[in-house]
Amino acid sequence: MSLLDAQSLTVRFGGDAVLEDVSLSLEPGEIVTVVGPNGSGKSTLLRALLGIQPLASGRITRKTGLRLGYVPQKLHIDRGLPLTVRRFLSLPHGHAAGEAARVLARVGMAGMEARQLVGLSGGQMQRVLLARALLARPELLILDEPTQGLDQPGEAAFYKLIEEVRTEMGCAILMVSHDLHVVMSASDRVICLNHHVCCQGTPHVVSNAPEYRALFGVGTRGALALYQHDHDHAHDHAHDHGHGPGHDTGHDPDHDRGQDHDHDPEHGHGARDHA
Amino acid sequence: MTPNTAMEPATMLEPFLLRAVLAGLGLALAAGPLGCFVVWRRMAFFGDATAHAAILGVALALGFSVSIYVGTLSMALLMALTVSALSGRGWAADTMLGVLAHTALALGLVAISFVPGVRVDLQSYLFGDILAVSWRDVILVWCGAALVLSGLAWRWSGLLTATISEDLAQASGINPAREGLVLTLALAVVVAVAIKVVGALLIAAMLIVPAAAARSLSRTPETMALFAALIGVLAVLVGLWGSFHFDTPAGPSIVVAAAAVFILSAGLGGMLRRG
Repeated sequence: MSLLDAQSLTVRFGGDAVLEDVSLSLEPGEIVTVVGPNGSGKSTLLRALLGIQPLASGRITRKTGLRLGYVPQKLHIDRGLPLTVRRFLSLPHGHAAGEAARVLARVGMAGMEARQLVGLSGGQMQRVLLARALLARPELLILDEPTQGLDQPGEAAFYKLIEEVRTEMGCAILMVSHDLHVVMSASDRVICLNHHVCCQGTPHVVSNAPEYRALFGVGTRGALALYQHDHDHAHDHAHDHGHGPGHDTGHDPDHDRGQDHDHDPEHGHGARDHA
Repeated sequence: MTPNTAMEPATMLEPFLLRAVLAGLGLALAAGPLGCFVVWRRMAFFGDATAHAAILGVALALGFSVSIYVGTLSMALLMALTVSALSGRGWAADTMLGVLAHTALALGLVAISFVPGVRVDLQSYLFGDILAVSWRDVILVWCGAALVLSGLAWRWSGLLTATISEDLAQASGINPAREGLVLTLALAVVVAVAIKVVGALLIAAMLIVPAAAARSLSRTPETMALFAALIGVLAVLVGLWGSFHFDTPAGPSIVVAAAAVFILSAGLGGMLRRG
């Protein structure tokens, strides 16, 4: 059965729908990556699935007793708070010292128990956050742009670590990422989000789609391509949010090519119009 | 009511001095650990607003002939809950707290002037009159302190997690709003028992100064809370001794002693880090 199943999630900030009719479900052991332009609701979706963000409507069903690990985008520790890595790992529930040492070693932070959290670099902090999430022995690990603020090698190393952890622990992973290479190489499934689910499928399927080629055709276009992708996206025409993943999940390359994803002057409004 | 008449060297063991010491110690033991949370969560101005509202509570208590403790506790609680409810609604937090804190203080001072037939010694409520506390006051201070400390101990892990990150707390099944309410209640209790000891204007000092002094000596939240309590105890003893010897006002003398410890510990902490 699914670890987590979300049906028609809608989240509003004030009057604006940040998420509208988003449905998704996560199976044991799979890596699912959420991509989308800035402000498209990626973090909000993760926060909603974690139960942090109240829903305007929709329903989230978790497998009974689901063990969740959460790695936030970043964690700011007030300088007034003295906190060692060891103490942080034991919040809110304590663990045996050996257990903490084991996960710290796993994330490449062996012997760092006594270090103060405020003195850690960005990369070290992310590793500690991952270690804390792993202590819960998660069946589902949720990561919100875990490499934001890391340099290129640090980012690559962190994603490698996540993949190793998945292989060892067999947990499912849901993450938001900007690193398109990682998305395409490491994900079982990609979800394109722009307030609603634009499309989703395996990287292979997505990578054969015309819009994917527009997105990744030239490697150096990188994250910028995301915005263009969004801008070009024909799903937005008539703001038809009615088609959910049920419609999108099964689409194959041919089907995709058959659809009109080209620029349409009449329906030229993209994310910028309702951003 | 005027203990200064009894201030002669031979009265060192006078009951009034013993009561003062006991009341001060009770307050210091509770204010230290609670003050740590005030520092960690940047609630200093929040503490001020709650304390200033106590003056309004004094006015109402005198006007309706009820216990000062009832008046201050209910007004402090009302203020704390009002601030919590209003936070994040348009105004910057410090602006809103500034408006509420000073309005409550001014309103309290105006209201006290209307209390008929009672010649109120305002100074004793603004700066405390620890040398005039009764045995009943001492018992109430210790009951309040016990209540606050047991509340903090009971919720410690959740409070700490929610203080570090509301998102991490919620992902761990902790309700940050509920933990915040525990702190709000504790703050109102400390304000109510502190008004006779250090007065409305210096309550915030008893919360913040010992905690700040403890920061540079601590490596974990727990040691900081312990040190804050001990530094508060030291400040009460030294402050009362100074007040007795130099015939200075007791409440401000305690705060001056705490500030001296802060300066010493900041210097000591700096040397420890360099060494």
